[in-house]
Amino acid sequence: MTETPKPIAALADEGPTAPPRSQLRDVWDQFKSHRGALAGGLVLLFIILAVFLGPYIWPYDATYIDIRSRNQGPSLAHPFGTDQLGRDTLARMLEGGRTSIAVGLTAMLLALVLGSLIGVLAGFFRRLDGPLMRLTDLFLSLPLLPLLLVMVLLFREALNGMFGPELGIFILIVVAIGVTSWMPTARIVRGDVLALKEREFILAARSIGTTNFNLITRHILPNVMSPIMVSATLGIANAIITESALSFLGLGFPPDFPTWGRLLNDATQYLQDYPERVFWPGLAISLTVLSINYMGDGLRDALDPRIRGR
Amino acid sequence: MLTYTIRRLVLSVPTLLFISLVIFLLLELAPGDPMAQVPLTVPPEVKERMREALGLGEPTHIRFGKWMYQFFVVEPMMLIDHIFGTALAEGQQRVLSWQFRSPVMDVIIQRMPQTLWVVAMSYVVGILIALPIGIYSAYRQYSLFDQAGTFITMVGYSVPPFFSGVLVIVIFSVQLGWLPSIYDTTLEVVDWETFKKQILQMVMPVMVLALQTTAQISRFMRASMLDNLNQDYVRTARAKGLSEWAVVMVHVLRNSMIPVVTVIALGVPYIFGGAIITEQIFKVNGLGQLLITAIQANDLPMVQTVTFMIAVLIVFFNIVADVLYGVLDPRIRYD
Repeated sequence: MTETPKPIAALADEGPTAPPRSQLRDVWDQFKSHRGALAGGLVLLFIILAVFLGPYIWPYDATYIDIRSRNQGPSLAHPFGTDQLGRDTLARMLEGGRTSIAVGLTAMLLALVLGSLIGVLAGFFRRLDGPLMRLTDLFLSLPLLPLLLVMVLLFREALNGMFGPELGIFILIVVAIGVTSWMPTARIVRGDVLALKEREFILAARSIGTTNFNLITRHILPNVMSPIMVSATLGIANAIITESALSFLGLGFPPDFPTWGRLLNDATQYLQDYPERVFWPGLAISLTVLSINYMGDGLRDALDPRIRGR
Repeated sequence: MLTYTIRRLVLSVPTLLFISLVIFLLLELAPGDPMAQVPLTVPPEVKERMREALGLGEPTHIRFGKWMYQFFVVEPMMLIDHIFGTALAEGQQRVLSWQFRSPVMDVIIQRMPQTLWVVAMSYVVGILIALPIGIYSAYRQYSLFDQAGTFITMVGYSVPPFFSGVLVIVIFSVQLGWLPSIYDTTLEVVDWETFKKQILQMVMPVMVLALQTTAQISRFMRASMLDNLNQDYVRTARAKGLSEWAVVMVHVLRNSMIPVVTVIALGVPYIFGGAIITEQIFKVNGLGQLLITAIQANDLPMVQTVTFMIAVLIVFFNIVADVLYGVLDPRIRYD
């Protein structure tokens, strides 16, 4: 017959006054307060929408040749002018951006999957740590741009034969960029996993008999998501620049298949007569990469609980 | 420390052997034929002899062994001969370039000065600009200067050299006509006039490359300064009445330089790789341009040697950076 003891009034908890906040909400609030990141996100959203929806709205086709209106300056019909074959530059920019961004996203995904896999395996299984990290060091000490050039040169013909010229070069470039840019992600993820592995909740999960696979997918991966997200944004920027560099050196996509780097390369040949032509593709690359970098910066701050809420 | 250094150096040997094997095997797959440009009138048996003269007739592992011998034994002996006037490497086969029909090392040594002038100079200029920017923007965090500096470094990160290079050519060569757009490598500096010319033609490539170096290093410098500015020893230094200059430029700067120095060391090998894209834009015939023309011309010994040299430098400077970190920061102990 004991009745519940009455708590002292001063110690009685009223219960939380504010409704609980989800973590995603917190992250978003912090992200919003970073003005550069917000602006970067908006610009990037605009570019992506323009590039993927633009070709349906803009009346000109990127490959339509109108030789009578070649080498025109900006006008109402062609806001960015036309090139040496009379193709509309705006249409080519939109089409090129689609390829460039698609390459950036896919190559980043590949690098991310590879990097996270190797990082988690190396951090989680002690026996794999040595060999996998030596492999990472090895990849880090390879001169990457020359090797990329060699790889493109070597496998272009073979893949063109297998998948056709467009898909072939797309696969080649995505794979080439992906396998040469996973190392930073792997290193960061490994470091985080090594620290996480010693925490109590992992011990608790292990003691109730969680298998390694579940331990990794349920407990480790969600906790290393934030460094992975940050390296994802940097990975997209890096992949876009690398693809443009390859196209600029003439080893990327074929000439009739516009990408931003390719357009820039074409424009430099007419630098003496039409110097304004290099401006648009270069600006598009720089603006995209700049906004992605700003977003990555904001994301890094937003996902770091030590900075969040300050 | 010494044992650590020795262990790292010894460990780097298998790494480098493996890298050279990877590069060799990758190039082995190359579809090109160095005999493709030989006229069809040349009879096949002569062609076969020419192939053998280029060292192509033998199986892969023997060619790899021969390349290793030439690179690690014959070429260093040539260097010793060159310096001391001995004749150790007399009559030995050297690594020959297929497109120049002359030893690869000779071509590399011809190209080295241009790369060092432009790329190394830009590295130095970039660092000299980056350090003050990083220090001041950390000291006045969130000030107008810091915001502007962060924006400029972001732009430096994001604008690829193939755009900034072309842009400065459009502005300074095409529109204003101040600077030459093509780097004249035949120019010899003999008097004041040619020296001025050399400076003028170096301005643009150095500017473009320095922008990237500046962006990277000043970000590191800023972050590292920020880490240190809030430490207790800074408060102690202020409390004992040191001037602000002494606190920041002596106490904080010296501690903040530790990670920055290692980052600078890690960037050095890329100088010798030459700036492939920037050299291409300004027509500087340095090592980067040599590499890309060799790739396009299917000059495998050249590609192999140049990429491997870069790999050696990367591995070496990685060790240098790690050792330097241990030397500069007594908290780090490797043993």
